[in-house]
Amino acid sequence: MLHWFGWLIGVAVFVYCWLRISEATTWFFVQDAPRIAGDIWTRATPPRWEYVTQLGKPIWDTLNIATLGTLIALCLAVPVAFLAARNTTPSAYFIRPLALLIIVATRSINSLIWALLLIAIIGPGVLAGVVAIAIRSIGFCAKLLYEAIEEIDRSQVEAITATGASRWQVMAYGIVPQILPAFAGIAVFRWDINIRESTVLGLVGAGGIGLQLSSSLNVLAWPQVSLILLVILFAVVISEWVSAKVRGAII
Amino acid sequence: MTASTELQAVLGKPWRKPPLIRSRALRWALGVGFVVYLILAISTIPVDWGRVYEGLDRGWQFITAFARPDFTSRSTDIWTGLEESIVMTVAASVVGIAISIPIGLGAARNIAPLPVYLICRSIIAVSRALQEIIVAILLVAIFGFGPLAGFLTLSFATIGFLSKLLAEEIESMDRSQSEAVRATGARWGQWINYGVQPQVMPRLIGLSMYRIDINFRESAILGLVGAGGIGATLNTAFDRYEYDTAAAILILIIVIVMALEYLSGVIRARVQ
Repeated sequence: MLHWFGWLIGVAVFVYCWLRISEATTWFFVQDAPRIAGDIWTRATPPRWEYVTQLGKPIWDTLNIATLGTLIALCLAVPVAFLAARNTTPSAYFIRPLALLIIVATRSINSLIWALLLIAIIGPGVLAGVVAIAIRSIGFCAKLLYEAIEEIDRSQVEAITATGASRWQVMAYGIVPQILPAFAGIAVFRWDINIRESTVLGLVGAGGIGLQLSSSLNVLAWPQVSLILLVILFAVVISEWVSAKVRGAII
Repeated sequence: MTASTELQAVLGKPWRKPPLIRSRALRWALGVGFVVYLILAISTIPVDWGRVYEGLDRGWQFITAFARPDFTSRSTDIWTGLEESIVMTVAASVVGIAISIPIGLGAARNIAPLPVYLICRSIIAVSRALQEIIVAILLVAIFGFGPLAGFLTLSFATIGFLSKLLAEEIESMDRSQSEAVRATGARWGQWINYGVQPQVMPRLIGLSMYRIDINFRESAILGLVGAGGIGATLNTAFDRYEYDTAAAILILIIVIVMALEYLSGVIRARVQ
């Protein structure tokens, strides 16, 4: 009985949501959609291949945004993760919640929003992109890393403590070697995600190939748009391949 | 001879931590290559320190805005935007999950014939390779501004994510259970229903909850390209330098994401 009531509420909520979307939609445009799609397709093909010469620098910027952003994020995520993990945090009541808050806050806000904010603060350009990617990635890396720290084998830590090692020696010889593979895996995984995210940061002005995409869209230069999309797709596939290879080698 | 070197002579070399990469040449090559890359990368980033210095003040304003977020002066914009985001998230999650179940079944090599497998896998590949925001741009161009484009974008992205993980789960399931059901002479539908579904259900629920969480976060940015949701309001707030309103929106997003994360944790703990 309760079960069916739950389903009923679920269906009602869905129908309400759909009605809201439907209300806000101009259905005339939707009827016209296949024609528009066909129109865009004929305009966008073939891609303007010679434009590729102008994409070298934007792609390099995109790579840098992703890589430098990931590096900064990792440097910041390590201390946050140690403060957040139950077995290494100095204080479970004061510092751990704070570290968890940093993790949630940086994770829940998309890199595009961070980029918008940073552009307002430090101006448009690659730097804003790097910092946006860095901030956005802290939470992700720190979350996975603190889970890895909480799952370590305690007997190894105890063995090293038993030799009379100091707090830092326990860290360096007991904890770090155990989480190093996880750390490397997380780094490569996040780098791969960051390549994807940094390709669109330019849409809000934070540098990289997205900048070319948005300027081409603004002048409706569809052959350039299709070429840029192909280049982005290529970059994403390459980065996924690299990431899979590296992770295969580590783990 | 001092005591310590005497001891070393007896014991041999002191123990050192083994390096991560065994080959010395490769280790050096990677290290040097990395440093060269870093120098090249950092040197090509233009930094206007004057602009950064000017911006610091604004950054400080933004941080202090979190202490006094302004929920009231743009409250109608905030609530309609937020409601639109939630509505898009719910509708797109339901539709996306409903579509990804058959596609996930089709993409599992152990239960689907080869042609079906290839079609489903290519749908997944396309959906995963295209970024949400790029899909949203194209769909806005096709369907016009508004939450319909956002709804379609999120549904499409959900398919790639959920079907792939569901297919992997089905491929790694325990075969003996499904074979036992098949041995009773069950039809295909019954086999899926009693042999496969119970094994993957907890994982499917967990992944769906996680995807709802992601869909909400994504719905917050789709407004930047005109696909509905809170992103448009947020963008306006940044453009007008109304940091107190922007802080209010960001706080709401964080709170909702935290609530969703907590809820999904509870639900996952109950089904597993």
